[in-house]
Amino acid sequence: MSEIVLRAEGVGKRFGGFTALSGVDLEVRAGERLGLIGPNGSGKSTFTNCLAGAFPSHDGAFTFKGQKLAGLKSHERARRGLARTFQLPRPFRGMTVIDNIRVPLAYAGRDAATDERAMECLESVELAAKANRMPKELTQVELRRLELARATALKPELLIADEAMAGLSHAEVDQILALLFRLNEAGTTIIMIEHVMRAVTEFSQRLAVLVAGKKVADGEPRAVLSMPEVEEAYLGR
Amino acid sequence: MDPDLALLLNGIVSGLLLGGLYAAAAAGLSVSFGMLDVVNIAHPAFMVLASLLVALLWAATGLDPLLLSLLLTPAFWALGAAIYVVYHHFFERRGDEAIQGLAFFFGIMFIIEVALVMTVGPDQHFADASYANITWRLGEIDLPLRMLVPAALAFAAIGALALFLRRTFTGRAIAAVAQDRDALRLLAIDPVRIKRLAFGISIAMAALAGGALVVVQPVDAWSGHIFIGRVFAVVIMGGLSSLGGCVLAALAFGVVENVTASFYGPSWSPAVAFGCLLLVLAFRPQGLFGRAA
Amino acid sequence: MSDTALPALPSPAPRRMGHGSFWIVTIIIGLLVALALRGLGSEYGYFAATFVLQYIVLATAWNILGGYAGYVNFGAAAFFAAGAYTTVAMGKALGLSLLPCIALAALVGGALGFGTGILTLRLRGAYFAIATLCLSVVLQTLVVNWDYVGGSRGAYVLRPREVPWPFDGYSGLLCTVMVAMAAASVAISRTIQKSRLGLGLTALRDDEAAAEAAGVPTLKLKLIATSISGAMMAAAGAPLPYLGSYVEPNTAFGMAYAVNAIAMPLIGGMGTWSGPLIGAVLLASLQQAATVTISSAANLMIVGVVLVGFVCLAPHGIVGLFRGRR
Repeated sequence: MSEIVLRAEGVGKRFGGFTALSGVDLEVRAGERLGLIGPNGSGKSTFTNCLAGAFPSHDGAFTFKGQKLAGLKSHERARRGLARTFQLPRPFRGMTVIDNIRVPLAYAGRDAATDERAMECLESVELAAKANRMPKELTQVELRRLELARATALKPELLIADEAMAGLSHAEVDQILALLFRLNEAGTTIIMIEHVMRAVTEFSQRLAVLVAGKKVADGEPRAVLSMPEVEEAYLGR
Repeated sequence: MDPDLALLLNGIVSGLLLGGLYAAAAAGLSVSFGMLDVVNIAHPAFMVLASLLVALLWAATGLDPLLLSLLLTPAFWALGAAIYVVYHHFFERRGDEAIQGLAFFFGIMFIIEVALVMTVGPDQHFADASYANITWRLGEIDLPLRMLVPAALAFAAIGALALFLRRTFTGRAIAAVAQDRDALRLLAIDPVRIKRLAFGISIAMAALAGGALVVVQPVDAWSGHIFIGRVFAVVIMGGLSSLGGCVLAALAFGVVENVTASFYGPSWSPAVAFGCLLLVLAFRPQGLFGRAA
Repeated sequence: MSDTALPALPSPAPRRMGHGSFWIVTIIIGLLVALALRGLGSEYGYFAATFVLQYIVLATAWNILGGYAGYVNFGAAAFFAAGAYTTVAMGKALGLSLLPCIALAALVGGALGFGTGILTLRLRGAYFAIATLCLSVVLQTLVVNWDYVGGSRGAYVLRPREVPWPFDGYSGLLCTVMVAMAAASVAISRTIQKSRLGLGLTALRDDEAAAEAAGVPTLKLKLIATSISGAMMAAAGAPLPYLGSYVEPNTAFGMAYAVNAIAMPLIGGMGTWSGPLIGAVLLASLQQAATVTISSAANLMIVGVVLVGFVCLAPHGIVGLFRGRR
């Protein structure tokens, strides 16, 4: 079995009196496709933000490629190969599509921020034809692809795809899924956070389930989905 | 009484009265900046505009300045509503509020000030109320009516505004627009209409504050500048959208400024007050009386 | 579909002038301007040119923070005055002449800018703008209460009698120094815009969290931007005492500087190196003309009206108009 690329131990986060996340342990192996699911407000985004460094102070610890992440800012984590996309696409609206890709290449890329390299990234998400457009001229699914291209320009070891398919059509979901599969084949470990169940089950080799800030299940997808507590969280109440 | 103590007590009392004036100036901004999220940096300029209009009208008619400012409020309400329409049309609707919107109000402020200089001149103007020279005394403590009456008017106006916001349907809609614009849409209330109304109210409050200001001190076209920092300080320290917090912060601000002025000289008071705001901004951006986000 | 028609590489790069050649062109233009003014040799010409040039520096400096990084600084006057008062204090304490004073002013402005940059840690948008306004008032209060530099009465600064060789008088020297500073600031601004730093600043202007996620060290870049911008604004203010032989807090901290510093980049077009240059030349010349022909209050009115008009009708400035709607 391949080595462990990410280890979360006892990760928790409180906002005032509200506990959004508590005692979450998680291990992700290199090259793995992990689905992280849970109802709204179950702590998936909080977990992502803690991992990506957007919330500097939280309980517990992350170990990424054998190194503790505590104290590292978001951009330092990005440079170490930990990339994320945002739930709602957040392109740099004041610059062209290709400049959007130049930013990670210039600041965190493993190789020079050349036009060729930026175009390669855009080609990988089939946006090359729109390189000189502004983000506001893109469709929703194109914005998602741009978001993915910007994250993968970092050549990450681990990519957290945060609801990359929300609101997309059936065909568009397939596009993004194909993209993510391709990335994974190229060696990127992927944590997919998703509500589109079809996509998660098709994509994930393993599922982890968060409910009310706690991890309630972790294992082979079909087995996890048939667990009573998972069914209850999704269907009950 | 120990003279230092008397000085301190007097400093605190007149600081509280000064705080009443600041509360009047800041209450309007608390509506526009705090509730509507419109960064109206020109608010003090509207106040000064009202001050100078009151001074001119007073010289012409001899009516009480505070009464005159009350009479000006409908005109200022209309002015505010009109400006909001322009602001909404060019900035809010386009989602360009941030820099362009700030610059818009910065420009409005500048236009008002320069227009005042060109029409009434750069000199100081004043309006004497009939009670301007009366001072009530409570032992060692002076209560000049020149300060007390404007403060009383300010508190009455803020009280009325607070009642309006809490008790009437429209008032509650204004409070709601601060929380969530979409909620209003669901209730089939046009948020733009509500915001226009509320922005008009905030400018009408500036008219009242201007009347109070010109009773308290002589005013010139540029008098608003020193108030920009003050009113924003008060509104931010008060926790943005809370009128109660705004009044408390205004009183605290008035006292700090006035006590500094009594002990170290008036030229230091702005630095102390603005220093407070800088500290608040740096360490507690949600305000002294606001809740953490 | 897009695989079949692979487009040619987008090529703004080859057309783009390199940093080195841009600097050379700027230096040549600067020299030509200086020579032309020397040829004109009129005292008023020098004065008017210095007025315009000082605004080129101020607007360009403001744009580095406000235009590139999107942080609105209402306290431009404070930085400008910090430069002016550095000249007064250093001239008095150490008897330094103009050039070393400009260098020191840049240091002071840079330090002040760094301090302002710390504020960006917690403050975004309007809050940052208001904080800079407060900073301006605090600084003005300090200067008003600082007797060494004249307090509220102001300070007189005597122009040296001796003027080195190529110059025909102190006004000419001041003006030439201003030409050099304006040329340098435009070149610096353009170099930043076209570099990695400019790309990172634009990214954080558009979305700070997304910029961090893309590996941009936002805090560091903001500190660099505030420091450079502050240093340049203070340098622009350093010659002010010599310009009128007298400074007092109300003029040095005057609102006109703060408004112009915002209005000029906005009118020209924010976020590009050429915007503030175009805006400063247009607006400052207009004001200079209005001061002479109408009145000094009228020239300020023009700034206000032009600012509001542009912000409403052409929010991306003159540069934006030429680029068309994007």
